[in-house]
Amino acid sequence: MSNPCAVIGVGQTRYTTKRRDVSIAGLVREAALRALQDAGLTWQDIDAVVIGKAPDLFEGVMMPEAYLADALGAAGKPMMRVHTAGSVGGSTALVGASLIQGGVHDRVLVVAFEKQSESNATWALSTHQPFSASLVVGAGGYFAPHIREYIRRSGAPEHIGHLVAVKDRQNALKNPYAHLRIPGINLKMVESTPMLWEPIRYLDTCPSSDGACAMVLSSAGKLTDSTPAWVLGTAMRSEPIFRAGRDTVNPQGGKDCAADVYRQAGITDPRREIDVAEVYVPFSWYEPMWLENLGFATEGEGWKLTESGATALDGDIPWNASGGVLSSNPIGASGLIRFAEAALQVRGMAGEHQVDGARRALGHAYGGGAQFFAMWMVGSDRP
Amino acid sequence: MPSSDPTTLRARHALEFPGGYTRTTGPVIGRFLTELRDGRVVGVRTAAGRTLVPPLEYDPDTGDAVTEEFVEVGPAGTVESWAWVNTPRKGHPLDRPFAWALIRLDGADTALVHAVDAGDVKAMRPGLRVRPRWRAERTGHITDIESFVPEVTRIVSEVRVEYSLRPGLALTRFLQGVAEGVFIGCRCGGCHKVYVPYRLSCPECGVSITEEVAVPDTGTVTTFAINNLPDPRAPEVPFVSAYIQLDGTDIPMIALVGGIAAHEVRQGMRVRAVWVPEEERTMSMSNIKWFAPTGEPDVEL
Repeated sequence: MSNPCAVIGVGQTRYTTKRRDVSIAGLVREAALRALQDAGLTWQDIDAVVIGKAPDLFEGVMMPEAYLADALGAAGKPMMRVHTAGSVGGSTALVGASLIQGGVHDRVLVVAFEKQSESNATWALSTHQPFSASLVVGAGGYFAPHIREYIRRSGAPEHIGHLVAVKDRQNALKNPYAHLRIPGINLKMVESTPMLWEPIRYLDTCPSSDGACAMVLSSAGKLTDSTPAWVLGTAMRSEPIFRAGRDTVNPQGGKDCAADVYRQAGITDPRREIDVAEVYVPFSWYEPMWLENLGFATEGEGWKLTESGATALDGDIPWNASGGVLSSNPIGASGLIRFAEAALQVRGMAGEHQVDGARRALGHAYGGGAQFFAMWMVGSDRP
Repeated sequence: MPSSDPTTLRARHALEFPGGYTRTTGPVIGRFLTELRDGRVVGVRTAAGRTLVPPLEYDPDTGDAVTEEFVEVGPAGTVESWAWVNTPRKGHPLDRPFAWALIRLDGADTALVHAVDAGDVKAMRPGLRVRPRWRAERTGHITDIESFVPEVTRIVSEVRVEYSLRPGLALTRFLQGVAEGVFIGCRCGGCHKVYVPYRLSCPECGVSITEEVAVPDTGTVTTFAINNLPDPRAPEVPFVSAYIQLDGTDIPMIALVGGIAAHEVRQGMRVRAVWVPEEERTMSMSNIKWFAPTGEPDVEL
């Protein structure tokens, strides 16, 4: 049995297309200082720093952990970088938590960021090497065929994706940090945006954001907060992108990861036992797909849950009350934001997008070609 | 030359005092211009404690004389308002598009009118931070500041890495096949799955693969994307990038589909590789123009 770990501080920057007013160091410090302030701590109180971000090619900064060590008060302390593509924010939190759970440290600062405006992610994800003839253009070009296959298998009607695109942006209007705020967002607006990678329309996709998120994790003996978010379960899984028989619509890695984290948290019926979920949905159709992958609905039935309004803020299982990745996407930080928003919910600190009485929340991230998964369950009650 | 046509009779007439009018500066403006010549900007303090930049000999609010206190301000300041000049005229401070702006220098209580060399109208906004660009040769004139320029907020970082890439044993073998118009795959001795392109180990079993298999160039579209964003590797938009499972293999490969309108492509559609003519083939995937429909009935997925 591992040592208990709790979230005692959360800090976020506002998410926006271009943070021209801060350097990369300034950006991560902004989030980190807010997390420290939330925890009532200073840099001196931190034992170790874990930082995560997506590919170095996004900013063209090799080994950002070395460059950012002093900016994050890590002089003389352990500092490490985590990288698991888009799921990295989640993995960063889990590596930080493991340092507490393993009894190595008492307080760990976890930080993740992306400053997408320093280049262009679609370029960085489409650098084609000689000899290969990949025709994948950006993340949308990669995921569109798998969404098409989901629609074929499930028979989901065309508007399901658009429902998610609207719902998450409505939630974003209640989140002061959210990047996309589209007053009056509705189905017609989504349907009238250009088709980029059929079946993905412009407003079915996430934005490109600059931003950072940070959390202070603590052992049970070093709490500074009377309403911490207790870590109830953590799990990571990965699978090879090219493997015969790999199910790219409903990946085994995601199912196994969910089963593991639910087992640790004592969850047998996620739809009923989880109060709110922050799930990595960068393309709208991934909500129904992950509803099935994470066991909230049986296979082929996820879209019905979305259509019924169950995942809306006033539904019985709100997904992405914060507006999710569809509303803010500093890629490297996006997973950590999911984990942090889950923590804010069970601490009762989510502000206008708080789900009343949330006691157990799921944070989820995925990355690569839907081949890396990171999840945690947090709760208001000490395990 | 005056015109000889009485209806259009007109002539140019210029008045210019030889050598130019002088302007006696008086002590206040004179101090301001003298400081400019030395590369400094000063304002004058009013009795009410305001700092006027450029300075005046009187407080414009009360008519009282200003104090004799001069204070250095700036050199940086903030744009309060601006007007863009798209076509500069003769006599304008810059020969390229620029903004006339009201700039409040740090420490000043009034704004100074000057040019901002922002490059692009999109760079202008209220609140923009600017600094003076001084002329090397200064004479004690407002044009000693050639213009104001935005502060440095961003640089371009010249990052470039160059690699010399070799395809490795497996991909070389595959491309040898492609050069001859054949897809070379392999069969895992453990799970008996057939992979294409050819590879040396099984991602499922982790064991080395030794059995080479020639794979037909026909297959089935399992799923696809219709791409509306242009890409240099596709002939036009929309183009279809598809997962194609070649017959007898256990994993799809991604390739372009052509010879059919994008919106007529179907999951389950049967396709065959369209090879470029033999004499144009190299050890490259560009030997395959795309996959085109065979006309066979669709496969049930």
